[in-house]
Amino acid sequence: MDYHRLDEVGPGHGFGIYVHWPYCARICPYCDFNVYAAKDRDETPLIEAICNDIAAQKAILLRSHSAPDTLYFGGGTPSLISPAGLSRIIATVADRCGALRGEITLEANPNDITPQRLAEWKALGVTRLSIGVQSLEDDTLAFLGRDHSGDDARRAVALALETFPNTSVDLIYARPGQTLSAWEKELTAALDFGAPHLSLYELTIEERTAFGRRAARGELVPMDEDGQADLYELTQQVCESAGLPAYEISNHARAPELQSQHNQIYWNSGDWIGVGPGAHGRLTYGTGRNATVCHRRPADYIAAACHGRVGWAETERLGEAEIGQEFLAMGLRVAKGLDMARLERLTGPLDTARLAQLEEAGLLSRDKGRLALTPQGRLLADHVAAQLSK
Amino acid sequence: MTARDHIRNFSIIAHIDHGKSTLADRLIQKTGGLTEREMREQVLDSMDIEKERGITIKAQTVRLKYTAQDGEEYILNLMDTPGHVDFSYEVSRCLAACEGSLLVVDASQGVEAQTLANVYQAIDQDHEIVPVLNKIDLPAADVDRVKEQIEDIIGLDASDAVEISAKTGLGIEDVLEAVVTRLPAPPEGEREKPLKASLVDAYYDPYLGVVVIVRVIDGVLKKKQKVRMMRTGATYEIDKVGVFSPKPTDVDELGPGEVGFITASIKEVADTAIGDTITEEKRQTDKPLPGYKDVVPVVFCGLFPVDAGDFDDLRAAMGKLRLNDASFTWEMETSAALGMGFRCGFLGLLHLEIIQERLSREFDLDLIATAPSVVYELTMTDGTEMQLHNPADMPDVVKISEIREPWIKATIYTPDEYLGAILKLCQDRRGIQKELSYVGGRAMVVYELPLNEVVFDFYDRLKSISRGYASFDYEIIGHRAENLVKMNILVNDEPVDALAMLVHRDRAEGRGRQMCERLKELIPRQMFKIPVQAAIGGKVIARETISALRKDVTAKCYGGDATRKRKLLDKQAAGKKRMRQFGKVEIPQEAFVAALRMDGD
Repeated sequence: MDYHRLDEVGPGHGFGIYVHWPYCARICPYCDFNVYAAKDRDETPLIEAICNDIAAQKAILLRSHSAPDTLYFGGGTPSLISPAGLSRIIATVADRCGALRGEITLEANPNDITPQRLAEWKALGVTRLSIGVQSLEDDTLAFLGRDHSGDDARRAVALALETFPNTSVDLIYARPGQTLSAWEKELTAALDFGAPHLSLYELTIEERTAFGRRAARGELVPMDEDGQADLYELTQQVCESAGLPAYEISNHARAPELQSQHNQIYWNSGDWIGVGPGAHGRLTYGTGRNATVCHRRPADYIAAACHGRVGWAETERLGEAEIGQEFLAMGLRVAKGLDMARLERLTGPLDTARLAQLEEAGLLSRDKGRLALTPQGRLLADHVAAQLSK
Repeated sequence: MTARDHIRNFSIIAHIDHGKSTLADRLIQKTGGLTEREMREQVLDSMDIEKERGITIKAQTVRLKYTAQDGEEYILNLMDTPGHVDFSYEVSRCLAACEGSLLVVDASQGVEAQTLANVYQAIDQDHEIVPVLNKIDLPAADVDRVKEQIEDIIGLDASDAVEISAKTGLGIEDVLEAVVTRLPAPPEGEREKPLKASLVDAYYDPYLGVVVIVRVIDGVLKKKQKVRMMRTGATYEIDKVGVFSPKPTDVDELGPGEVGFITASIKEVADTAIGDTITEEKRQTDKPLPGYKDVVPVVFCGLFPVDAGDFDDLRAAMGKLRLNDASFTWEMETSAALGMGFRCGFLGLLHLEIIQERLSREFDLDLIATAPSVVYELTMTDGTEMQLHNPADMPDVVKISEIREPWIKATIYTPDEYLGAILKLCQDRRGIQKELSYVGGRAMVVYELPLNEVVFDFYDRLKSISRGYASFDYEIIGHRAENLVKMNILVNDEPVDALAMLVHRDRAEGRGRQMCERLKELIPRQMFKIPVQAAIGGKVIARETISALRKDVTAKCYGGDATRKRKLLDKQAAGKKRMRQFGKVEIPQEAFVAALRMDGD
């Protein structure tokens, strides 16, 4: 791998830390993340392993990375971590990696949001909440296996916004049988919360989930492609007229400074340290870019990430083609598109005939050196990426 | 040179898996043809495919020296014949070179359709036949039932059938003794007469060149002799005369009744004609041997390289295969859908499969094979005749006065619980029932069927509805005029040449609908809506629409998804390589063959 090409990815394009907290009060039937029931588990061994892993991974990076930009607690349900545990992790990051330059996001379950917790999170330095509301309809929430009601979610968001003006709300749409008008109503209600950021996901039936098994048995019929496309288009209209245009396929913000800084690192092929069970990372150092994956089972992870050792189950040195493909597939997702010159430095010249074909089909646009999906193209992002990849 | 009455020329007739090769190995072993170390499993089937599938493709011969119980030494020439109907002409030439046969039947399975076809050929050649029951050591062996079957179905006396287990070696001596005592010696030939020898088969050996297997009737074959092939007219000087013991071993000469091989600087197998008569150049025999036939391919298909860049490799590979297999023909073909490739002719479906498999295995070529088609005979309105090997080449219908298609006589032998389903299958394929008989819980049905209804997947369907128990054999019985039409398949309003087919008018709607439905499943949704139509001339008889792709996007894509995303792209890129651009539409290569498979009809 050419050193100059390595400059096209890595910490120069953003550097974050992702902490995966795998425990949940209840496992949602659609979720295919690496999650486990929390029960009455002692969190301490995992907190210690995560802190140890952060230090060990940073040690491997030597001086190639300066202080991280962002810290993100995802899961699972990281709002289940005690304030003391969060404090340990945040302090470890500051101590080992240097003072954070940007946001600290915490994913939170509506039921975990209390005035006291909000105050504690604020005091610890959390700057942004991402609340898993998923729906405002009680029967839908029951279908999705959530442990809160629509009113619980409304109260939680209103409360969170008092402490964290930069709060994001997650919703899941394109549920079986969902109508355009019902979704329009629900989405409008969610916009009325006044949260400056929304993440809106179509329900995706993943194989190794309860929903996947139900679908295989024919008990759950996913919404068809056309229905999903109609809902997606409606979503764009509603959000745009409410002043929250999409800045990524599924993410909407009221203003550029209110976009998720951390997630931009992924879409921009920056570097991130991934810690916690099953967490993925990308680390560019020495002569290459590496994909890292931590042990999935908490017990294995805790056993691995101790005594100054990292929690990785495997690492993979990415080749030139692989780096280029990730840059393409991830970079196309953002509304402003990707830097074509950067892409071509990574992958070599693009197939101009293909490019013209996609432009002609109205899926892709080129403007000021950037290659971006058109609104129509966003619905076919994976298809376009496949057409452009070598 | 051995005294004529101490020679026995015999072949072994058996169904696949009934133990022919194992028995042959045992006979070689018993007579000391090979040392223990040289004894590989199934010496005679030397090609990988032959070993794997238990099929003999080329005739082979082994000379065994056996001292019989009468104290005399005999020369036993075992001719191993190709077992499959595709090679029935080769089989007939082989059998013609022998005076007797061993009919090997698996004592646990009984008589199968394929056995029947070959045993009737042997009977036609006036062979003396010794039934041999193999695998009598198996718990499922039922010697009495199988003997009864042999008597009832074939009409051979099985009372003194030899009972053996080729696997354990039990009864092998009895087989050798039966060959000596029960099979006749070759008829008297005259040493002094002009040479008359039968060209039984020929194959290409990388060291010896073309090796010709011969059976001498009259006269003597020896080194340096100038010989003439009566059919091809070519003359050669003999380099080598030998026998297989089973290693090629030079001998001074081969006299009347003897079987062996010659080499004569013959460049390729295609220069020889199976069944030809070999005589002396200067002193010709008056009459060639009877029974010669030109070998003509009956099944055709297009073979195209998956990667257009492999075209030259494919051409070279086919040239090499042809060195050893003169019955396989090819000519260049250009398809709008599949690019440059070859239209190839085969003796039958198994032959087609073998060649395809050898091309991909021995030459490491990735191929697309179009659906097999048969040879149609066309009479044009101006009275001229033509043969149609490729439906895409069909002339304008107004110029055609008659189309004839090949018909076969199919013999199916099955446990009777599957009979109903098999009759339905034959009926659905335009079959005409000719015979139906029962022997001990098994049924034998004879149907006349159009070959074009059989070439796609008849055999697969038969195997699946009978759970593999039915056996099937066929022979071509001639061409018949039928109401045949050319059906075009249009994808995005363009006819796809590789999918055109000739089909019976009564079956056209059904087939067309099936093709369209199948293609709708096989062609992935694209950026625009794609009509798929089946048409006869200008008339659309079936139609499906592949709606435009509207949504192909992952909802959630963050740090943990980057790897998955990349792997998906790799997979899509690999899939893209297997697509053929057809106009604006990308068609997966599998579609060309899969569209014609008629599962569940």
